Amino acid sequence: MTEQTKTMHKDIEARFAGIIALDDRSGYEGYRVEAEKLVEFATALRDEFGYDFLSSVTGVDYLPDEKMEVVYHIYKSTGGHALVFKVQVPRANPVVPSLVSIFPGADFQEREAWDLFGIRFEGHPNHKRILMWEGFSGHPMRKDWKEAYYEADAKPFDARWPGGDVSRSEDKMVFNKNVAYPQDFTPENWTPEGETALYSGMQNIATDEDLQTEHVVVNLGPQHPSTHGVFRMVATLDGETIVKLEPVMGYLHRNHEKIGERNTYLMNIPFTDRLDYLSSMSNNFGYVLAVEKLLGDTTHIPDRAKYIRVIMAEFTRISNHLMAIGALLNDLGAYFTPMLYALKERELILDIFEAVSGSRMMCNYYRFGGVARDLPPGTHEMMRGLAFERLPRQIDELDRYLTENEIIRARCEGVGVLTPEEAIAYSAVGPVLRASGVPYDVRRADPYSVYDRFDFDVAVRYHGDVYDRYLVRLDEIRQSIRILQQALNGIPECDNCLGKPRYSMRVPAGEAYGRVEGPKGELGFYVVADGGPNPWRYHVRAPSFINLTALSKMCEGDKIADAIIVLGSIDIVLGETDR
Amino acid sequence: MYGKGILKGLGVTWKHFWDTYIDDIKWGKKRYHTEEGIAYRMSKDARGLFTVQYPEERLPTPEEFRFVPFLVYDEDEGGEQVIRCTSCGICAKVCPPQCIWIERSTNPKTGRPVPVPAEFYIDVDICMNCGFCAEFCPFDAIKMDHDYELAVYDRLTNNIYDREKLLKPAAYYDGIRPLNSQKEFDARAEKEAKKAAAKKKK
Amino acid sequence: MSEKLNTPGYDVPPEMQDVVAITTLDKIYNWGRRYSAWPMMFGLACCAIEMICTAAARFDFSRFGMEIMRPSPRQADVMLVSGTVTKKMVPQIVRLYNQMPEPKYVVAMGACASGGGPFKEGYNVVSGVDKFLPVDVYIPGCPPTPQALLHGLMKLQEMMDTQSIKNVRWYQKEPLDAIPIPILGPDLLDPRDFPQFAEKMAASATENKEA
Ligand code: SF4
Repeated sequence: MTEQTKTMHKDIEARFAGIIALDDRSGYEGYRVEAEKLVEFATALRDEFGYDFLSSVTGVDYLPDEKMEVVYHIYKSTGGHALVFKVQVPRANPVVPSLVSIFPGADFQEREAWDLFGIRFEGHPNHKRILMWEGFSGHPMRKDWKEAYYEADAKPFDARWPGGDVSRSEDKMVFNKNVAYPQDFTPENWTPEGETALYSGMQNIATDEDLQTEHVVVNLGPQHPSTHGVFRMVATLDGETIVKLEPVMGYLHRNHEKIGERNTYLMNIPFTDRLDYLSSMSNNFGYVLAVEKLLGDTTHIPDRAKYIRVIMAEFTRISNHLMAIGALLNDLGAYFTPMLYALKERELILDIFEAVSGSRMMCNYYRFGGVARDLPPGTHEMMRGLAFERLPRQIDELDRYLTENEIIRARCEGVGVLTPEEAIAYSAVGPVLRASGVPYDVRRADPYSVYDRFDFDVAVRYHGDVYDRYLVRLDEIRQSIRILQQALNGIPECDNCLGKPRYSMRVPAGEAYGRVEGPKGELGFYVVADGGPNPWRYHVRAPSFINLTALSKMCEGDKIADAIIVLGSIDIVLGETDR
Repeated sequence: MYGKGILKGLGVTWKHFWDTYIDDIKWGKKRYHTEEGIAYRMSKDARGLFTVQYPEERLPTPEEFRFVPFLVYDEDEGGEQVIRCTSCGICAKVCPPQCIWIERSTNPKTGRPVPVPAEFYIDVDICMNCGFCAEFCPFDAIKMDHDYELAVYDRLTNNIYDREKLLKPAAYYDGIRPLNSQKEFDARAEKEAKKAAAKKKK
Repeated sequence: MSEKLNTPGYDVPPEMQDVVAITTLDKIYNWGRRYSAWPMMFGLACCAIEMICTAAARFDFSRFGMEIMRPSPRQADVMLVSGTVTKKMVPQIVRLYNQMPEPKYVVAMGACASGGGPFKEGYNVVSGVDKFLPVDVYIPGCPPTPQALLHGLMKLQEMMDTQSIKNVRWYQKEPLDAIPIPILGPDLLDPRDFPQFAEKMAASATENKEA
């Protein structure tokens, strides 16, 4: 913590004396705020102290204390550390005032907390489930909620060793004995309420035009070739113009967090690979940083490992942006050729990942205190070849190929505009934020690992439209290549200095929030440890999920065909959106 | 001029199209179905046609490549299988999706555990190929395989691998991961030597 | 049609007539399907990315006649279930399958689609798509590499080679029943299980009364 932030915190404490209290549990940071005063506090933070970027909102279930807690991480869009504040409410009837009116970016996150924890947010304009369907029984992330195939609270399970009584869990528990069905429930008469609620909300939107036209509700997805997976949008159209658009998600909700709380800390690393499956190395990075914060041994990481981490993360960024650009062009209708060119370069990067980590996509390469193994012989040359020769050449070619294409410009310029103020308010991150003219990059704003040793620029563009998002990605690839060249030149040699990773360790109780600048934006991991072998709370602040909050804002007023490319320009990955 | 950008782009596509033919002329027959041809297509200089004609050609698997795990056994002088696994259960404990089941064997007379797995199951329909089991096994007994051609018509009878199906000879392991196996061999030899030295001192 | 084919110009014993014609026809039929199995453009999760890579330049499954991926189920022959099947998604998957015209095949790509995969224990995950659809080929791996996927697709082609018009399920007398679409209640419910479900509810009701 720098001197400046310390005085800032003093000011805050003085300003809100009596309303807030220091969180004094050992290993915890930030303030506790009374629920009634939350809105007042948050407004003042934004307007008087410059904390304008509400990054993460999440619930925690403290079952032994009979408390529900909502944790907020807030930043200044000019950079610096987080301010953490929390609201505690009784577990039996958890109600917290909603912050959507002040920070629209809290919208989906509050809905998620309602869905998974059953915390009600008073004043939320669209208080519905988001990941599970309406009518699902219970709030699954609560600690006393058990799923159908529940075996034990924590892994490893006893059935595995030494008895070895192998079985498939679905054979054991045919009818999900943990599910609570209402007494009078008959499946024949059941009508799912979610769809009707959704559609009725979309119809009858009053417009103040004289000419009354009829609105059409159009559903896109979840199976649609341009929704990048199983994403769904429901749009109300006036002719071809979008009046209102609502994203519907959860079709790939794989219960990452619930499983993550049963896993040991180590087991979560390969699971993070599957969050944003296009950039598994960055996910590893974020999670490992968070747990290392808890462990408090950030300093023990050998320099070579730090460099390897940065190199892999930057290669990931390049491969992710290539895929994003290719997919965006696909959405534009340039069917497959740009995608093929982009995937070709991506394949060569994947070859490196495969040689280094063993798998093309699910790298599982970072470990607490380093990386899994040193670079195998020959990979260094491969990486040099790509970073110094091939990638600069091919990126220039891609640039020549696409950037000035008149059709692309005509379709992308001025579409899906997000002003800088809106971008910050909606908690947009990554290329979406930077294309709106806000030069915010976690690598610079809150440097981690060895990023402070490299010379690179934060790519910014100022129009905030789809075209600028494309350009920002292209610029970022170039900057990543710059970082790679410096890192590959500067990587220290050492024999066997990476050590042998351990599979069990003691993580002291406390909380930590680790964040990295992933290819899609700020990727954060909020981990609460209770001293046991597995995390008490494990939350992912997923950039593609939160970037979607701004989707309807960006689409309103545009044509329906543009909604597709606006979505493409956000660059979502469903594994991360739905987790 | 309007349309210049499109023309430029078409030029790039055109170049990609010709690259293959230029390469074909330069390389002749060597470009396809040869190791150097594949290596060229994987290298930073690759241009033109990029396709690897699986199944006739295959991408070389790097040493670290991991698919599903297998168990390593050595052969003693008599040709008997000596399974390296001692059924200590570490792999079953670190396995993130918990897809390993191990049954420890016991000596029927004394009832004490014997360091050999009586049964060893891996459900490959759960396995996430993360490689933790191989990474943390202290006896180098479980390793990640390179064989990825495992498609089957029926999973219920095939996809829980038992001990018989998992066992593969050490020679196979040395073949697919020469560097690693050498390293482990050296480490084991060193340990043995140390043990022997310690015994002598006593 | 079969009568014409059954007059090859030489004597065929009456009891053999069907068989001879049909085997020749089978060959043509199988050849036709084998080299034009168009997959549906249908990605669920991580495995979908490997599927896209398989379609792209390096692995290029159009070499096997899987020319293009069709976004519409009406034009597709093979459903590559590439990724985790969640409870929220499974009604749509079943509906898509029902919309595909016969002959149709299902390939379960990856651990998740085959048997639940690493996320099996999750509350929103179905343990394998074969709980609802008839699967023809299972490809283990998480994710299967593009070459593993190609191997699986070749296995599918091999399977097509062994089929005969006489006994494939879509040329039987009775029309094929559509698979009932599961319901999202308090948990996922398969309509085929309703009778058992009613029994269970009754049992739990009596249990409650006794208690
Ligand atoms: S099998 Fe693995 S790679 Fe495929 S969808 Fe499941 S988790 Fe993702």
